[in-house]
Amino acid sequence: MTSSNPKRHFLRGVRDALPFILVIVPFGALFGVVAVEAGLNVVEVMSFSVLVIAGAAQFTAVQLMTENAPTLIVILTSLAVNMRMAMYSASLTPYLGQAPIWKRALVAYFMVDQAYALSQIKFEMERELTVSERFAYYLGTVVPLAPLWYGASYVGAVAGTQVPPALALDFALPITFLAMIAPALRTLAHVAAATTSVILALVLAWMPYGSGLLVAAIGAMIVGAQVELLMSRKALP
Amino acid sequence: MMIDHTTVWIVIIALAIGSFLIRFSFLGIVGERPMPEWLLRHLRYTPVAVLPGLVAPLVLWPAATGGMTDPARLGAALMTLSVGYFSRNVLAAILSGAATLYGLLYLLG
Repeated sequence: MTSSNPKRHFLRGVRDALPFILVIVPFGALFGVVAVEAGLNVVEVMSFSVLVIAGAAQFTAVQLMTENAPTLIVILTSLAVNMRMAMYSASLTPYLGQAPIWKRALVAYFMVDQAYALSQIKFEMERELTVSERFAYYLGTVVPLAPLWYGASYVGAVAGTQVPPALALDFALPITFLAMIAPALRTLAHVAAATTSVILALVLAWMPYGSGLLVAAIGAMIVGAQVELLMSRKALP
Repeated sequence: MMIDHTTVWIVIIALAIGSFLIRFSFLGIVGERPMPEWLLRHLRYTPVAVLPGLVAPLVLWPAATGGMTDPARLGAALMTLSVGYFSRNVLAAILSGAATLYGLLYLLG
């Protein structure tokens, strides 16, 4: 385990990421199908998956575009979905901050939930790893994920137009997002944030251009952070 | 459907640049300086702050039924949420949600 061989850590990363293929492939295919149904062509679908490489934000953007939300609202709301990655970036910085700039840029491009989660745990548990071993492991985790994300999006986009309406694909997005949210409801603060988000979004649905969702999200973040503070103060003796 | 392709490209390019900058932010610019704790505390809640609000109207007022609350879709949503919460397994939650949706659509349809 304590080999100073980056190649070994790369292969370890590949192996650790394999189970996530089961999530990435259906999710990518679904994005292709939903985006084509919404009127995007295959080149646009692929540009989304290769350039943006962030499933939840991509789904959000397509959903808001079908609702004819103004372009700026589409962009801001989708970027808000990705703001969690600023947190990932911050928490990887102590481990990879000394890597050369091109390596850090590569880490940034491939920063997806699964690669972050695996790497964060690995780096925290194996403190003796060198920066290049850490980089090798991180890269290993994205090797099974990124190409399959592109490929699955492509298959979904090509197959998309042949999906009959009886499949009720309008509901694929809500189900996928709910499945992602539910396991994230780990603490009272997470539950409070999610509840606030739902209530505010419904109450503010009258606000023009989908701006109610942005207000709801900011409110929910503040509630989550405040509840966390409250709980940690309570936990003190 | 009527999506304007110029809009699509503006969104793709803006999201590509914006997402990269978010991911690069601390890693690229902050380097080894410590992060303010209050900022991290808010960022922690972004997924659970955005996604539930996005989904809630789609679950209660689906466009496919003209905005009328639909028992099949509502049932599927609740099933997905509970399986996801208790199993902590994204794939199991999606599959049971889809099974519930098709089951209820068949039974009620």
